[in-house]
Amino acid sequence: MAAELGPRAMFVAGGTDLFPKLKRRQFEVDSLIGLDFLPRAIRNRSDECVIDAGVTLAHASHDPHLNERFSGYAQAAGHVSSPPLRNAGTIGGNLCVDTRCNYYDMTYEWRKAAGFCLKKDGDICLVAPSSPRCWAVSSSDTAPMAIALDGLVTLVGASGERELPVTALYRDDGDRYMAKQPDEVVTCLRLRRSLNTRSAYVKLRRRGSIDFPIAGAAVAVELDGDRVESCRIVLSAVASYPLEAKAAEEFLKGRRLQEDVIREAAEIASKPAKPLDNADLSHFWRKRMVRVVVEQALARVSDQQPGLDG
Amino acid sequence: MRDVERVVLILDVNGEARQLLVPSHKTLLEVLREDMQLTGTKHGCELGECGTCTVLIDGKPQLSCLLLPIQLEGRAITTIEGMANGSDLHPLQVAFAELGAAQCGYCTPGILLAARSLLEENPRPTRDEIREALAGNLCRCTGYTKILQAVELAAERLR
Repeated sequence: MAAELGPRAMFVAGGTDLFPKLKRRQFEVDSLIGLDFLPRAIRNRSDECVIDAGVTLAHASHDPHLNERFSGYAQAAGHVSSPPLRNAGTIGGNLCVDTRCNYYDMTYEWRKAAGFCLKKDGDICLVAPSSPRCWAVSSSDTAPMAIALDGLVTLVGASGERELPVTALYRDDGDRYMAKQPDEVVTCLRLRRSLNTRSAYVKLRRRGSIDFPIAGAAVAVELDGDRVESCRIVLSAVASYPLEAKAAEEFLKGRRLQEDVIREAAEIASKPAKPLDNADLSHFWRKRMVRVVVEQALARVSDQQPGLDG
Repeated sequence: MRDVERVVLILDVNGEARQLLVPSHKTLLEVLREDMQLTGTKHGCELGECGTCTVLIDGKPQLSCLLLPIQLEGRAITTIEGMANGSDLHPLQVAFAELGAAQCGYCTPGILLAARSLLEENPRPTRDEIREALAGNLCRCTGYTKILQAVELAAERLR
């Protein structure tokens, strides 16, 4: 159906991001294709967890198995927006959530008055006018955590079904930020880990609820005794895609998660983050806070210390 | 201008099956207020940020400004009008009135429904659990303390 209707149709699951954007004319469509018919269950297996894309964020954040085995993922789902939105918003929707920018997430009238931007109706990026691309920010809380937990997504479209790593869903382009075909639907997410993996997500935002992230750290660490065997650190809201801090992951290998090591790893992890002046609060401060959120997430996996977001 | 597509729907609102003929693009908030005259559900930001349009869908708070009625057939919708039992106010409504937990009152219907959903699930919530359950409902008069106290008082009376 989506393949037949083309770009004038969009899928809708929870609608919590889509409906505001239709109202502000950031999205303009003739048809919506509801995804309510898709299954919405969480299936636990010994070494993995399969979550249907229609599972609500509230359901995922309260699921006992996810909280025990994939605690970082449950934390990330529980930090998306506010409780009523988590009762409607889905985990598939949060993986596909639109990128954000101060020049784009505005009413039609505001955008018209300021001049339209590259992402919608215009031809230049208002954050970086000399740049040929759009710099809108990836704003999903669960995508970085799903990547850190070696997540795989299943996509179903007119040409069949395929499974790919969550990281392959995204492109470094704020406008065309998803690598999937428009007629493809995310149907489920598979998280994998060993018994020794610990995970945590720390989110920075202006208020303790409702807001999108302006920085965030998703960390999954596999321990061999008290040493790091492998780890993944993925940053939210500092680039147009969930940004993996590879140098910090390499640095941590074989080391103990003690205070000085954590501090140094966080410093290294914050280097590739280059937030621009297109989200809430100052981008200089956001850049400085990346180190803090990574440090807190690593501290949380080392001794379960609470982070900025409690 | 293109013709507006209308649909016939049967919605379960406050325990009553209501048959409606409404434009398919109308939100639940608009249908409740404009087609059913249930104006207790308030119209706020329209973008899912303020929580004043909160209703319960199968007992859980959701925002009526971001729901399409065509997705809600067969689901139980509860608005603030469905909270009292005849002329007997719900214990939360009584506690809010007694403690003055409403200033301008615009956020109150949404907060009462979110609190009701919390107390049905958790009869002994801590202050932090109440804060978390109401974290999607903004009060611009900033009278949160009395709201929290009123939820605690109602919880005590309901036990």
